[in-house]
Amino acid sequence: MERTSKGIRGQRLAAATFAALSGLPGVALAAREWNLQTPVTEIARQQYELHTFIFWICVIIFVGVFGVMFYSLFKHRKSVGHQAEQFHENTVVEIVWTVVPFLILFFMAYPATKTILAMKDTTASELTIKVTGYQWKWNYDYLQDGFGYYSNLTTPLAQIENREPKGEHYLLEVDNPMVVPVDTKVRVLITAGDVLHAWWVPAFGVKQDAIPGFVRDSWFRAEKVGTFRGQCAELCGKEHGFMPVVVEVKSKEDYAKWAAEQKAKVASAAEDPSKVWDEKALAERGEKVFAANCAACHQATGKGVPGAFPALDGSKLVLGPTAAQIALVLNGKAGTAMASFKQLSNTDLASVITYTRNAWSNKTGQAIQPAEIQAARK
Amino acid sequence: MSSIPHDHVAGHGHDAHDHRPSGIMRWVTTTNHKDIGTLYLWFSFTMFLVGGVMALTIRAELFQPGLQVVHPEFFNQLTSLHGLIMVFGAIMPAAVGFANWMIPLLIGAPDMAFARMNNWSFWLLPPAAILLITSLFVPGGSVSAGWTMYPPLTIEAGMGMDLVIFAVHIMGASSIMGSINIITTILNLRAPGMTLMKMPLFCWTWLITAYLLIAVMPVLAGAVTMLLTDRHFGTSFFNAAGGGDPVLFQHIFWFFGHPEVYIIILPAFGIISEILPVYSRKPLFGYASMVYAVAGIAILSFIVWAHHMFTVGMPTAGLLFYMYATMLIAVPTGVKVFNWLATMWKGSITFETPMLFALGFLFLFTMGGFTGLVCAIMPVDIQIHDTYYVVAHFHYVMVAGSLFAFFGGVYHWIPKWTGTMYSEKIGQWHFWLSLVFFNVAFFPQHFLGLAGMPRRIPDYATQFTDWNMVSSIGAFGFGLSQLVFLWAVIKCVRGDGEKAPAKPWEGATTLEWTLPSPVPYHTFETPPVVK
Repeated sequence: MERTSKGIRGQRLAAATFAALSGLPGVALAAREWNLQTPVTEIARQQYELHTFIFWICVIIFVGVFGVMFYSLFKHRKSVGHQAEQFHENTVVEIVWTVVPFLILFFMAYPATKTILAMKDTTASELTIKVTGYQWKWNYDYLQDGFGYYSNLTTPLAQIENREPKGEHYLLEVDNPMVVPVDTKVRVLITAGDVLHAWWVPAFGVKQDAIPGFVRDSWFRAEKVGTFRGQCAELCGKEHGFMPVVVEVKSKEDYAKWAAEQKAKVASAAEDPSKVWDEKALAERGEKVFAANCAACHQATGKGVPGAFPALDGSKLVLGPTAAQIALVLNGKAGTAMASFKQLSNTDLASVITYTRNAWSNKTGQAIQPAEIQAARK
Repeated sequence: MSSIPHDHVAGHGHDAHDHRPSGIMRWVTTTNHKDIGTLYLWFSFTMFLVGGVMALTIRAELFQPGLQVVHPEFFNQLTSLHGLIMVFGAIMPAAVGFANWMIPLLIGAPDMAFARMNNWSFWLLPPAAILLITSLFVPGGSVSAGWTMYPPLTIEAGMGMDLVIFAVHIMGASSIMGSINIITTILNLRAPGMTLMKMPLFCWTWLITAYLLIAVMPVLAGAVTMLLTDRHFGTSFFNAAGGGDPVLFQHIFWFFGHPEVYIIILPAFGIISEILPVYSRKPLFGYASMVYAVAGIAILSFIVWAHHMFTVGMPTAGLLFYMYATMLIAVPTGVKVFNWLATMWKGSITFETPMLFALGFLFLFTMGGFTGLVCAIMPVDIQIHDTYYVVAHFHYVMVAGSLFAFFGGVYHWIPKWTGTMYSEKIGQWHFWLSLVFFNVAFFPQHFLGLAGMPRRIPDYATQFTDWNMVSSIGAFGFGLSQLVFLWAVIKCVRGDGEKAPAKPWEGATTLEWTLPSPVPYHTFETPPVVK
């Protein structure tokens, strides 16, 4: 860390000097607006240091080359009476200035290669999140935990249209950020649903195009708790400038709590088999299940096809004990076209059986509850 | 070709062969390389102003955060058309204009090899420009996916996209014809004694550029044709749902696009190599290595294209290969810069406007070269890809590179073209204003890119405000400074200035300076002999 912060300070100084040299107006600026954002992953730090390293090599060459040029411009002017010499070749010099740059390039390529190899190594990740770009929002899908959500810009239109003062995180704020645990290798699978996008978090050193129809991957291991902001980096239509990426890095405990909450939310949104339904609600839902699964044979009228598929309207089985009908629907009837429908949910089965017992001329008034189906399953 | 026998017959009465239609028909029907060169240069300057107004509208919108001037959709059309117009309408035609004017004069040829095709290759350009500009006014507007036209965005776009595709086809045809003409002229019409290795370097850079154009313009035409059939005829080249791949377009586009970068810069290298020796009063250093360096750059340009696509998710081997190949370009480019410095070394240097622009070129192009090297380092490029850093990088090489070289070329040769010296005072004003405002406009964009501002956005987070303001001020200053250039040129065209001698530059040695100023309508009907 010591070494890094020194590097960063050095670079800022260099950028400032460079800007001053080129005669830019002296605008007072916070340091983060000059240079790459402060890295919070190992990869981003390596990128930062590579940039600093190459920047300094360029500065040294720049000073050397243009030192020579300006020396020549001052000393070899006609106005100071310099007479032109007529040489126009020097093999040794020409070989030197071909070979030396080649060697310098070698020293640049070596650390860059090491970083590339590290960047591409997505193995041994502890958490996988699928990121899908849409016009103009991101979707985060936590594949291992079975939940996911959209992430939309929350900056109000009034700020964008200059009717209100701009907030602190203008254009870089969302409703639901991606949430990840700290010190955890997170693999992101990146794709798109419509056109090209690019998922970019500068502090993580991750920028990966999101390509419709193809899945690419990248990874990061955030070393600090906090909120990190980036933007879509591939032109994706008119709202391209308005689809930020926000990642919230939480401590492992906080992340576990957050993930548990998300899972609980999903579960509560899913069906509860112990819930008691009334007959009307079940029959309404059952009509749809019937149309999707049963009506092809038994017909929407419940009359079936004489000789092939039995009628349900007035059927003894349907009007008889519930246990027999549940068993038949769950397991099917060998040697006939009646298949097993145990792949349907308890609620769907309860609904469709309730429907058949109350539709057409069948008026049993019975409501079969999901719990009964659950009990009948082996 | 037909004009050559005509010239010989008419050569007896010197004034008689000058007859030609007057007024507009002179320009529509002309087959004279000087007329066509002039047409190209004026066309280019007009498109430069059109593209420039678009750039200034963009910078006006970006002066402050928030949306003030244009809607995001129109903003995207402006950035896209600004790029297409500047590349295909301004820079490339300017280079062809120089080729038309100067190649026959530099090699002692009477005209271009295919005089009528020359007329046709110019007159294809105005219809293409009209298509590009009218695309703004059709339902749905013009291309809004950037000058790179990446699908799927361009597949969904409105009919403006079709107009742009046809414009690209037409401009490509024009470039190919121009290139055939230049290659044939250089290979067949050199004066006796002028071997290839005695040619002025400008001819060498254009010869190599012309081969690059012939190699890659059909590739671009293929790419946009595939877009067209994906849009209208049910193909799925770039649609994953039909078995295609959106990234395929990027590979094809950049196989054209990277050599295109050198198509833009090599003629500028040529002009700089003509200017520096003249005002240093010393021969070009390392002529042969300059030729080899240009050829080396051209060959390398075919194997580096995927460095424009470091973020698409290539395999490790691909990333490493394209990074190494790209870094190698620094070697021949370095050779050229060192040769130019050695040309000036121990010369007898004066600072007329052409020399100032050449020095400005050298200084700023090298800066663009350094940022190019930074972009070549793939892990660093991950951070700066598609940010303002890249915008700064390519404007350093295209504006301070190519455009400055072309300005230098105009000041260097305009005494020969018009017979009138440009005003040194106006020229120097033009140079210093351009130099300062260019840097005010583009240098801060390096900071914006590093700090994380993506390109092609109409609105930005508030921490980018200060540098955007500085950049916009610089852009308007740079834009207005070009009116100074227009003034300098119009003065020469109107003959308002000192009369130019045949050889206004003490250090000039090439063939065009053996001719009177202004240069006669027909020249070198009898080839000069080069020793």
